[in-house]
Amino acid sequence: MEGLKLTNAELLVYIHPSKSGNKLKAICRELSSLLFQYDEIFDGVLLAFDVTVKSKGAKILAGLNPYFGVKVEASLLLFNPKPNSLVEGKIVKISPETIHVIVLGFSAAVVTDIDIREEFKYRMRNGEDCFVSSSHKRHVLKVGTMLRLQVESFDEEVMHIAGSLLPANTGCVKWLEKQSEEALHMDRLVLICTLFFT
Amino acid sequence: MGASEALTDPSSLYNVGNNDLSDTETVLNVRNALASVQNALLKALSGSVACIDVNHHRRILSGIFGMSLWDHKPHVMDSLMDLIISLAATSGKYLDNCLNMLIRHFVPPPWVIDRLWQGRVIEQKQHVLSRVHGALLKISLLVPLAPSRLLPMLAHQLPKINKKDQVVVIYVENLLKLENSSIGQVGGGMIFMMVMERLRDLDLEIDWDDILQDDSNRGMFDMELEDAMNEGDELPVGSLNQDTSGGKIESLDKLMVTCFDHLESCNLHGRLDQVFEKLFDSFENFILNTYKSKVSQFLMFYACSLDPENCGVKFGSKLLDIFLSSNKPRPTRQVSLSPLWMSAVAYLASYLARGKFLPISYVASMLKRLVDECADYCRICNDDIRPEAHQLFYSGCQAIMYVLCFRMRSILDVPRFRSELIPLESILMHKLNPLMVCLPSVVAEFLRQAKAGGLFVVSDSFIFEDLLESELSRAFGGCERLDTFFPFDPCLLKSSNSNISGNFIYWSMVRPTYDKDDDEEDDDDAEIIVNGDEESDEEDEGDLDYALNKMSITPKHSFKNNMERERLMKMPSMIRPSTSPESL
Repeated sequence: MEGLKLTNAELLVYIHPSKSGNKLKAICRELSSLLFQYDEIFDGVLLAFDVTVKSKGAKILAGLNPYFGVKVEASLLLFNPKPNSLVEGKIVKISPETIHVIVLGFSAAVVTDIDIREEFKYRMRNGEDCFVSSSHKRHVLKVGTMLRLQVESFDEEVMHIAGSLLPANTGCVKWLEKQSEEALHMDRLVLICTLFFT
Repeated sequence: MGASEALTDPSSLYNVGNNDLSDTETVLNVRNALASVQNALLKALSGSVACIDVNHHRRILSGIFGMSLWDHKPHVMDSLMDLIISLAATSGKYLDNCLNMLIRHFVPPPWVIDRLWQGRVIEQKQHVLSRVHGALLKISLLVPLAPSRLLPMLAHQLPKINKKDQVVVIYVENLLKLENSSIGQVGGGMIFMMVMERLRDLDLEIDWDDILQDDSNRGMFDMELEDAMNEGDELPVGSLNQDTSGGKIESLDKLMVTCFDHLESCNLHGRLDQVFEKLFDSFENFILNTYKSKVSQFLMFYACSLDPENCGVKFGSKLLDIFLSSNKPRPTRQVSLSPLWMSAVAYLASYLARGKFLPISYVASMLKRLVDECADYCRICNDDIRPEAHQLFYSGCQAIMYVLCFRMRSILDVPRFRSELIPLESILMHKLNPLMVCLPSVVAEFLRQAKAGGLFVVSDSFIFEDLLESELSRAFGGCERLDTFFPFDPCLLKSSNSNISGNFIYWSMVRPTYDKDDDEEDDDDAEIIVNGDEESDEEDEGDLDYALNKMSITPKHSFKNNMERERLMKMPSMIRPSTSPESL
């Protein structure tokens, strides 16, 4: 899955004097307040972090509130799906016009019917809404399926992804992986046969 | 007549003018056609949500968000909800508007509020609110971050305290319903905070002092009021004058009952334990440091009464922990000058005294810890003679004495519990002199029972004259008068009290160690009369006068009447705060 990256950052975290008793807790609390929000400086949505305090000393800010700045080194897990990258999520709702997906458990993604390739047709099977591929009958998209989709746009404020199923490498993850495995297997077989007969 | 039919077969519209149909039928047909067109439009929009542009279709969008379910029939409601859910889930741009539109339905229009007793209106309310809650849940399933955006909006749209409407009651009903749902897993804590804050604000808006002092003949609340409430009679009208409060008392009463119902349903579903933590947090933030609330704290009392083994025990332990942690600097949101732990120990004392559902073993164990804490304090205290320097000690001692006024007999009946109180004598005899500093009425009653129960005997130098409170008790109580703070004194609201009274110990129910009825002398019961028979007569006489002097808080009472005398001999069940300068 694209869109996830692990970066290292050197940060200066300002802490209120009353929290000087437990700096690490205060630092974690400060960083926790940034979780699941898009940050311009990090260029992504902060999903997780790990901090180590670097210096023993800290600089005290001059002014009304004597906050002190502690230097920390943090490794940050960031999520920033760029357009045309691929992400994966679980389908939670299907309607004739849309497929609703949840990516990484927190981001809502939607694929509208205009972004679903011709191959997929909407069907009602056993009372369940689903999209079935007309060329591959086994390729079915229904509620609970893990879906790989291409990112069209990403709304940072609400963590909303507008997705597309137009590219051929999008669809049910399980089916796609099986296809690529079989393709690999086939390639190997062909190679062996060619070697055998020459 | 479906919209699609109307469009494909224009002749069906002409039937409207057919002479065979009556005018009413015609009107009905036209109405149905219009409604179904509207329905079809909403359904069509649901399917085309992706094509709606926020700039170009601003009018359509504002039209949609301006619609209200209250004005429509159920099938139109369904279409509208589908549209809203699609809008919210399909594009992030509309999420906030959709959520706001849904929350607005928590406040019904005036025509609904005015007719809440009508069956038709009740049905409509059920239709609307079930769909709104359903939509909120569906949106939170499709957009996981929706609840975190929803909560600040809920706080923002909470109605202000309105004198006439019961709007805030309905809003809180809906908030609590959300708490019960999956959204409550994320935001339950914040919902309780909102509700607790609103209860407190409403409680503080009501001028209880003004109302309580209204009945000058009675002078103070005592057993008669309790007995009336016990028997389920109407509260004496003079004491709760609705006109002065402008319907706020009624609102508060209804709010409390709504909250009680919610707690009861939580208990039925086995989630009271989980809910209790959040409830206590909001109690600690809003009620614990507010000394003038008279009713809101009963929310905790009720929760504890539903589940004494778990919640009941937890409440007392948490309060005790706050009191015992007074030595460590505790970051609290201080809104008052008195420390939080002083309020906590006052709550603990009142709770242990009044909670009928608390096993005596629990009360005894809490008392033991308080006694040990006071004993430790005695050992390490400094020589400062000012009462305000030893607030911890005096509040602890007063708490112990207050609880024992209610529980003395049951505690002394069990030898193990009785032995745990042995250090108490030396604590009360300490040079810090808690018997002089603590609230005189509490001390007097305690000493009387201690003497009658054979706990210990003190010299007669502790006779107080006409005193409810004293200079010294005021000094340790601080400007918030925590020396006269008994938060679980009987609840003054009728409906709320009917939920509480079954689990509440009224003073009239207490069997003190001395014989309450002075006409009968129970010689056989050695616990009650310590001295011999002959002396006991004189003692009783002396006691009678002493008690009368002690109990005559307002000079208006006449002692000539036997009934009056008897009534006054009883300990005030609710101690009125003094009229000294109000706290900040």
